[in-house]
Amino acid sequence: MSDIVLHVENLHSYYGHIHALKGISVDVKKGEIVTLIGTNGAGKSTTLRTISGVLRPKRGTVTLKGQNITGMRPHEVAALGVSHVPEGRRIFPQLTVMENLDMGAWNVSDKKLIETRKEEVFTLFPRLRERINQLGGTLSGGEQQMLAIGRALMTRPEVLLLDEPSMGLAPVLVELIFDIIQKINKEQGTTILLVEQNALMALEIATRGYVLQTGEIVMNNDAKVLLKDERVRKAYLGEE
Amino acid sequence: MSTTATVQDRPVAPKANTLELVQQSWIYRFLLFPIGQMLIFIAGATILLTVIAYAIAIAFPAPNPNIDLVTQINRQLPGMIISGVSIGFVYSMIALGYTLVYGVLQFINFAHSELFMVGSATGFVVMKALEDNGVLKEWNPILMILFMLVCAMTVSGILAMLMERIAYRPLRGAPRLVPLITAIGISFFLIDFVRAGFAITRNEFNLTYPVRSLEMFATPVRVAIGETTVNVRTTSIMIIISAVIMLVILNYIVNGTKLGRGIRAVAQDQTMSGLLGVNVNLMISLTFLIGGAFGGAAGMLFGMNVGTITPYVGFLPGLKAFTAAVLGGIGNITGALLGGLTIGIVEAFLNGVLVYYPALGQRYTDILTFSVLILILIFRPTGILGKRVDEKV
Repeated sequence: MSDIVLHVENLHSYYGHIHALKGISVDVKKGEIVTLIGTNGAGKSTTLRTISGVLRPKRGTVTLKGQNITGMRPHEVAALGVSHVPEGRRIFPQLTVMENLDMGAWNVSDKKLIETRKEEVFTLFPRLRERINQLGGTLSGGEQQMLAIGRALMTRPEVLLLDEPSMGLAPVLVELIFDIIQKINKEQGTTILLVEQNALMALEIATRGYVLQTGEIVMNNDAKVLLKDERVRKAYLGEE
Repeated sequence: MSTTATVQDRPVAPKANTLELVQQSWIYRFLLFPIGQMLIFIAGATILLTVIAYAIAIAFPAPNPNIDLVTQINRQLPGMIISGVSIGFVYSMIALGYTLVYGVLQFINFAHSELFMVGSATGFVVMKALEDNGVLKEWNPILMILFMLVCAMTVSGILAMLMERIAYRPLRGAPRLVPLITAIGISFFLIDFVRAGFAITRNEFNLTYPVRSLEMFATPVRVAIGETTVNVRTTSIMIIISAVIMLVILNYIVNGTKLGRGIRAVAQDQTMSGLLGVNVNLMISLTFLIGGAFGGAAGMLFGMNVGTITPYVGFLPGLKAFTAAVLGGIGNITGALLGGLTIGIVEAFLNGVLVYYPALGQRYTDILTFSVLILILIFRPTGILGKRVDEKV
């Protein structure tokens, strides 16, 4: 089982008294795109937030490449190779595009490497190159999402946690972002854990999927199987 | 074919013209621009206030018929400008501490004025020790000032870090009023602690810097402007030079280094900075360190300037610097600088003019200074450079 990059076992998290995660277990293998789908409030984002250390779990463990990272602080988790692109993109509005990318490379000390990675990001998102000196807050929603993903890629993470990358974007841009996600996965071999409302698109590019409902995993299978599953189609893909 | 393809695949940033190249250069960004900004602002503020001063002089003649206000102002103008700018820089340096901390924590550190006081007391202790050991007159004065500055900055900076670590960090998630009250408590604690310390060791807490024993500071520099000569205090020059150098360094740290980028990122989005690997607590500690060091330096320079200080010396400059930070737009570093200069220059001009109206006198300076503040805030509630920012969720 050495190809398991991220192993989450029986995770319980709370927001105050609200029991948000009731025993979530997720495995992500090297090179996979794994998606968490489910309705609003099912606990998808909470799972990511617990993995990256923003929330501390009450019970359960998170293991990254065999190392227990449960309860570590976010910057420690990040240093071990987990890049989390949170919901709403969270670009630094008063930093330029270049500075935002530099922030992504906070833990990279080799200046040449930073430049190479920036080039890679610009190759993925040519639009960002035209905006290098612009402030993050002045970018459009799509550009901000590109920057958020680009920023997360600056460290060449072991696993990339993407939270709702399609949120608030025009359909054309959603297509583009999903193409890029696939490209990152195929070309750079980045392992991705993807949380999406848009279950159809997520399952189309994913290797495997987990279906969450009120803090619990109710289904877990290959993405292709889930796509054909009647219950999934009814509940999340909007089919009658 | 192949060239067009590459161009389409990888659009290059528009070619920079000469002006943009100059603007991107190190010297422009970290020397010319910040110093130029200060100079332009000082020039603008003094010209405006000079006009107002003359207008007042003509509209309200001095009660004493032997005094012609216009000639008096003519004579005093250079002195008022220099003392205004120097005290303004002191306020700016304190205001930076308020604004930096507010930037990262959205919290007003009301104990910041005591970091200024501790810096001031440290300066005294160091200078007195130099005098007691008989090296005060032997040392190169510039080296001595530098040494005192470093000591004051170190003590106040470390004290600020400790303050954050011990008192504020445990309250990070608490309602806003709680750390505010803690800050006021720390402020009283530090005042009495320093007072007790000096009362026990020296039997008094009026601390007089041995400035007068140095020839350099005892006699003012005479500068001839036209027919009149102007006396410029050496300490004023010392404050202005030190402040400009330190502000240039601060601007470089904040805008030109990785540390500064980290601090700015934490100020904008703590959670996201953490997710990118930034140790948020470390950045907050370093912000306190920088703010405290600036407060300490300001305290030491202020002490040299006024000569005698007490453990209560922090209150008024602290209050004025806080006003300066709000005036400039709290959270905005340039705003703190400009706010401090504004208050300093307004104060010096008021001092210079009010002295000729016995019914009012210089004691009304503070009232009028704060009135100016109230007026400005009525018309610009977010301060001179403040932006209307929505509260972060």
